[in-house]
Amino acid sequence: MQRIGVFVCWCGSNIASTVDIDKVIKEAKKMPGVVHAKDYQYMCSEVGQNLIKDAIKEQKLDRVVVASCSPRMHEATFRKAASEAGMNPFLLEVANIREHCSWVHKSKEEGTPKAIALVGAAVAKVAFNTGLISGEIDVTPRTLVIGGGIAGLQAAIDIADAGYEVDIVEKTPSIGGKMSQIDKTFPTLDCAACILTPKMVEASSHPNITLYTYSEVEAVSGYVGNFEAIIKQKARSVNLEKCTGCGVCTEKCPSRKAKSEFNEGLTNRGAIYSPFAQAVPNVPVIDREACIKFKTGKCGICEKVCPSGAIEFFQEDTNITKKYGAIVVATGYDIISLDKFGEYQYGNHPDVITSLEFERLTNAAGPTAGKLLCPSDNRKPKKVVFIQCVGSRDKSSRGKTYCSKICCMYTAKHAMLLKDHYPEMEAYVFYIDVRTAGKNFEEFQRRAVEEYGVQYIKGTVGKIFPDGEKLQVHGVDALTGDTIEIDADMVVLAAATKAQDDTDILKRKLSISTDTNNFFTEAHAKLRPVETHSAGIYLAGACQGPKDIPETVAQASAAAAKVIGVISKTKLVSSPCVSEVDESICSGCLACIKICPYEAISSSTVDVKENGKTISKVVAKVNEALCQGCGGCTVACRPGAIDLKGFTNRQILAEVDAICR
Amino acid sequence: MKRVKMFSNNKSKELNQISQMSGQRIQDCIQCGKCSASCPASEGMDILPHKVIRLLQTGQLDRVTESKTIWSCASCFTCSERCPRGIDIAKVLEAVRLTVIRRTGESRLMADDIFEKIDDEMPQQAIVSALRKYNK
Repeated sequence: MQRIGVFVCWCGSNIASTVDIDKVIKEAKKMPGVVHAKDYQYMCSEVGQNLIKDAIKEQKLDRVVVASCSPRMHEATFRKAASEAGMNPFLLEVANIREHCSWVHKSKEEGTPKAIALVGAAVAKVAFNTGLISGEIDVTPRTLVIGGGIAGLQAAIDIADAGYEVDIVEKTPSIGGKMSQIDKTFPTLDCAACILTPKMVEASSHPNITLYTYSEVEAVSGYVGNFEAIIKQKARSVNLEKCTGCGVCTEKCPSRKAKSEFNEGLTNRGAIYSPFAQAVPNVPVIDREACIKFKTGKCGICEKVCPSGAIEFFQEDTNITKKYGAIVVATGYDIISLDKFGEYQYGNHPDVITSLEFERLTNAAGPTAGKLLCPSDNRKPKKVVFIQCVGSRDKSSRGKTYCSKICCMYTAKHAMLLKDHYPEMEAYVFYIDVRTAGKNFEEFQRRAVEEYGVQYIKGTVGKIFPDGEKLQVHGVDALTGDTIEIDADMVVLAAATKAQDDTDILKRKLSISTDTNNFFTEAHAKLRPVETHSAGIYLAGACQGPKDIPETVAQASAAAAKVIGVISKTKLVSSPCVSEVDESICSGCLACIKICPYEAISSSTVDVKENGKTISKVVAKVNEALCQGCGGCTVACRPGAIDLKGFTNRQILAEVDAICR
Repeated sequence: MKRVKMFSNNKSKELNQISQMSGQRIQDCIQCGKCSASCPASEGMDILPHKVIRLLQTGQLDRVTESKTIWSCASCFTCSERCPRGIDIAKVLEAVRLTVIRRTGESRLMADDIFEKIDDEMPQQAIVSALRKYNK
């Protein structure tokens, strides 16, 4: 005789406003096997959980149904409570009467009968539940960090300091990311390189960290605790051990046509190059597309001048395979291309630049040694116009609907630094709103207006008309209601941030999701901002959404803490909801093996008794450690010999029968 | 300047008509001013286009129908092309013009007025489009 307890949650008014809870309780009491039914406003709270635990003990319940929110929210919570009361946790089922019921209906007339049907289905299913025992899986205590910018570096350093091995894979020749291109950082105006390079050096010299620069992740397989990744190390054409970083090759390289990515195309670089002077590792790479030797067979000057014999034209891309327990995705962001914003004349006139280009111009290690000069003729500008929200907050097909978050602050920074270096220059900022929500951010931006005399104009620019050396900027002051014009010498566009272009490719390799704006999706926007829906894969930094450096570093450390939570265990508890084969029914067709996405099934030869004789036959065999309980095999199996524990055919059919009643 | 009484539902019948006629979501406007900054006819306007939208957002249709702005508008669609919120401002202004000229006796241009306005250089197209735009 079963003794099933049903617990119905109001979820505050989330469920109770669209489902008549009293009616559900009344009907639940009539369901077969139910001896106890109780409701409460917040079942997941301590009071609610105690109701379940006390009832298990006092009413001697042997099975429990909780009618509440999605099992994705609290199945684990309720199963833990059941376990604490001495009941096998897998004898508890959740009926989702929130996401599947109250949240999709508008009235109690619609919601209540459905909730009753869902509870009935769960009661019918739980009658066939068995007390499953969780298994264990091994954990490889090494972590893979994809991306070597500030997010990846911070996460790697935190994990390495905790005593675990970390590999950083970075696709450009050096670690450092966007932060290495920045001159000063808001709101402290710290020199970006001064605060970043110590972290870069720490990552490269840390005994627990291995850097794979100029490398990309080719493929990833496996699951939490047991990932296997293939890393493609692109051919640098320079030997990492022999090279001393003297730089003679980069000076002597005769090919000068390639655009420097680090300087945002404002300067050219050689075919053999190091992105910047403080690059880590301080070993150049050869861009084979720009290299005269690789294109025509002639040259090879770098090889001749190298004092250490480090140039190796014969190098080829190599793949290495390594095992990891957890992965952190820290691939960063990019800015949008401005070809749909023709009215600003970007691309038509060299003095219309993006904020990242402005950053390079004002940087002491940049193309003009830190002097702010017009790219067209190297003269000092008298009037600089900054335009915010180029492509951000844009609902049209040209731009991104979101706010890019960092531009209000970096524009205030640019304008202030400009006025500080060149007090006689005029700086104008066209803004729609000024967003300065972080710590000390509001005071920072107001200093630009109140103390440095930056002219902030609410409004934007309609079009820019090149006029000799000048750029005639036609804008509007929306607050006074005047159309205005400024004869600018330089215009700086705060282009919207976007996710990196190869996000689609990476997300498929990892099987994680992205949102409509191509940023990686977190497991829960509020409560799980650094986890993904795939266990063991975490997110850090701007690849999850536009953010500034303080937030990036905080997220990176958060991801590191989550990683350490996984890899600090010698064994992880694995779900017992795995497939099992009834060998007496199995026909040995092995269709399940073909369909299994985790390669968890193999064939095996067993002896069975059939018709009084012992015969040898081929059957399928499930590796419970690899099985992820997707159930694909149970569908493919023609004789119905393979079944999924916790979701057996009998349990599912019982749910269907209960609903059809 | 007199204090304007704000009502949450300052929507007169005519205002609702404008939203429906133009099919535009006036509430999407974030007052960036791109339309006003781009308008080649702004010199002849007393209320800039972005302010027209703001007045419509607050239900003050009278100030818009009485403005010079709606008749200075050349319907060039530059504002609509560049609006980052996807609002077709030219259509909104056209809707306002229609509510004015469809009122009895308020056509902006009568056939009798045309003779004195034309000269040798004006193409016939201008007469036809003026009648389309300014006459019921």
